[in-house]
Amino acid sequence: MTQALLQIQGVAKRFTLHHQNGVELAVLGEANMEVRAGECVVLDGPSGMGKSTLLKMIYANYRTSAGSIWIRLPGRAPIDVTSASPYELVRLRKESIGYVSQFLRVIPRVSALDVVAEPLLDDGDDSPEILQVARVEAGRWLTRLRIPERLWHLPPATFSGGEQQRINIARSMIKPRPLLLLDEPTASLDLENAQTVIDLIREASARGAAIVGIFHDVHVGDAVATRRINLADFRTKE
Amino acid sequence: MTLISPQTSAAPSALLQVRGLGKNYGDRVALKDVSFDLWPGEVLAVVGESGSGKSTLLNAIAARSRPDTGSVHFMTRHEGLQEVYGMTEAQQRLLSRTDWGFVHQNAADGLRMDVSAGANVGERLMGLGERHYGRLREIAAGWLERVEIDVARMDDAPRTFSGGMRQRLQIARNLVTEPRLVFMDEPTSGLDVSVQARLLDMLRQLTRKMQLAAIVVTHDLAVARLLAHRMIVMQRGCVVEVGLTDQVLDDPQHPYTQLLVSSVLQP
Repeated sequence: MTQALLQIQGVAKRFTLHHQNGVELAVLGEANMEVRAGECVVLDGPSGMGKSTLLKMIYANYRTSAGSIWIRLPGRAPIDVTSASPYELVRLRKESIGYVSQFLRVIPRVSALDVVAEPLLDDGDDSPEILQVARVEAGRWLTRLRIPERLWHLPPATFSGGEQQRINIARSMIKPRPLLLLDEPTASLDLENAQTVIDLIREASARGAAIVGIFHDVHVGDAVATRRINLADFRTKE
Repeated sequence: MTLISPQTSAAPSALLQVRGLGKNYGDRVALKDVSFDLWPGEVLAVVGESGSGKSTLLNAIAARSRPDTGSVHFMTRHEGLQEVYGMTEAQQRLLSRTDWGFVHQNAADGLRMDVSAGANVGERLMGLGERHYGRLREIAAGWLERVEIDVARMDDAPRTFSGGMRQRLQIARNLVTEPRLVFMDEPTSGLDVSVQARLLDMLRQLTRKMQLAAIVVTHDLAVARLLAHRMIVMQRGCVVEVGLTDQVLDDPQHPYTQLLVSSVLQP
């Protein structure tokens, strides 16, 4: 049996709020799980259970209070994101981890098309051919996610919440990365677009991506899950 | 090649190595034991409030103000890793006019205000021996275009430019020699928000496309978020926190960083 692409061992998260009398919030205690290539693991549990927090720790956006998070990619030395260097993390994110948050962080002046195309561009290489190919692919994603062509050349700052979310999905999924983290990607989408996102997730799974997701919408979670894990099982024991 | 390159996830050799920098002004500690590495193409933001030592640090690294303790090593193009304060003044000057850039908060400090925009951009090249007038103008025009200044303004002096244009000209003037490291001291403060956005987007594109490493001193956390891979938080001359920009902003650990992040108004 091959090793899991993602291996979470004894991961805990506590926030220390220094300006609230140093109060400690234990959000997650002792999470253990493994996710293999091609699996889509859906995280369950009531809100406040640390689902988002766990995704953020896998992405190294939040630091981990205890435990380790191993990412094993074919042909690469395993990386523990809790102790990896900033350089390794930047590279890991660029090449190997897609993270779809609930909100698009808007970049001033950059058109929707280029926001989506950017992950396909290589740093230091701005050849017109590469840019052209990336834009064609970005257009394909925008079409699929029903962003009207008249919006492609505008910066997404003024777009609706649902449009911004779809831009964000396209930007985060356009590059076929081996690990995909989804934090409520369908939260403000209509049924039709939610169905498209379900299709996109299934396609990513079929090409062998390991996926961990949180879905507020039960129907979406049911449609994509190959396995479910309830974070209430890892609740800190006081 | 293909067998080896996917394995090498280790960092490339550092472009800059800062070790144990310290500086006192009389009894006041301006800088205490600051160490970090910068890799090629990395943008590092240095944040903290006024008087935290940000600018002192920038000037100490950029060979503009000698620190009392510590060392600054730079990976030169031809002679490997060199201690910046072990160089002669002439070597330092050459470095700061070729492989380094320095973008001042106040553009007037980094420009010649009464000579033409074209000459401002061409000066570094002339310093390196380029004398061909037509070629200098051609390169200057290309750079003005890159920083979105109308080429028709090439013969005008920056004194007649707006604040945003001056800042963009200062950037062109610095980047014309294709440096590998640029120091920026509050590059966007003092500009209108709409002008800031344009400058930030430009800096973001240029650092990425030119694989430019940069140390950006800013008190604006949004600027750090947009531009920087990594962030250093300073308080009273000390580094209190370091991390990926989004780690430091979204999950601040140190009491001072938590205060800094929670004090920002969300628009």
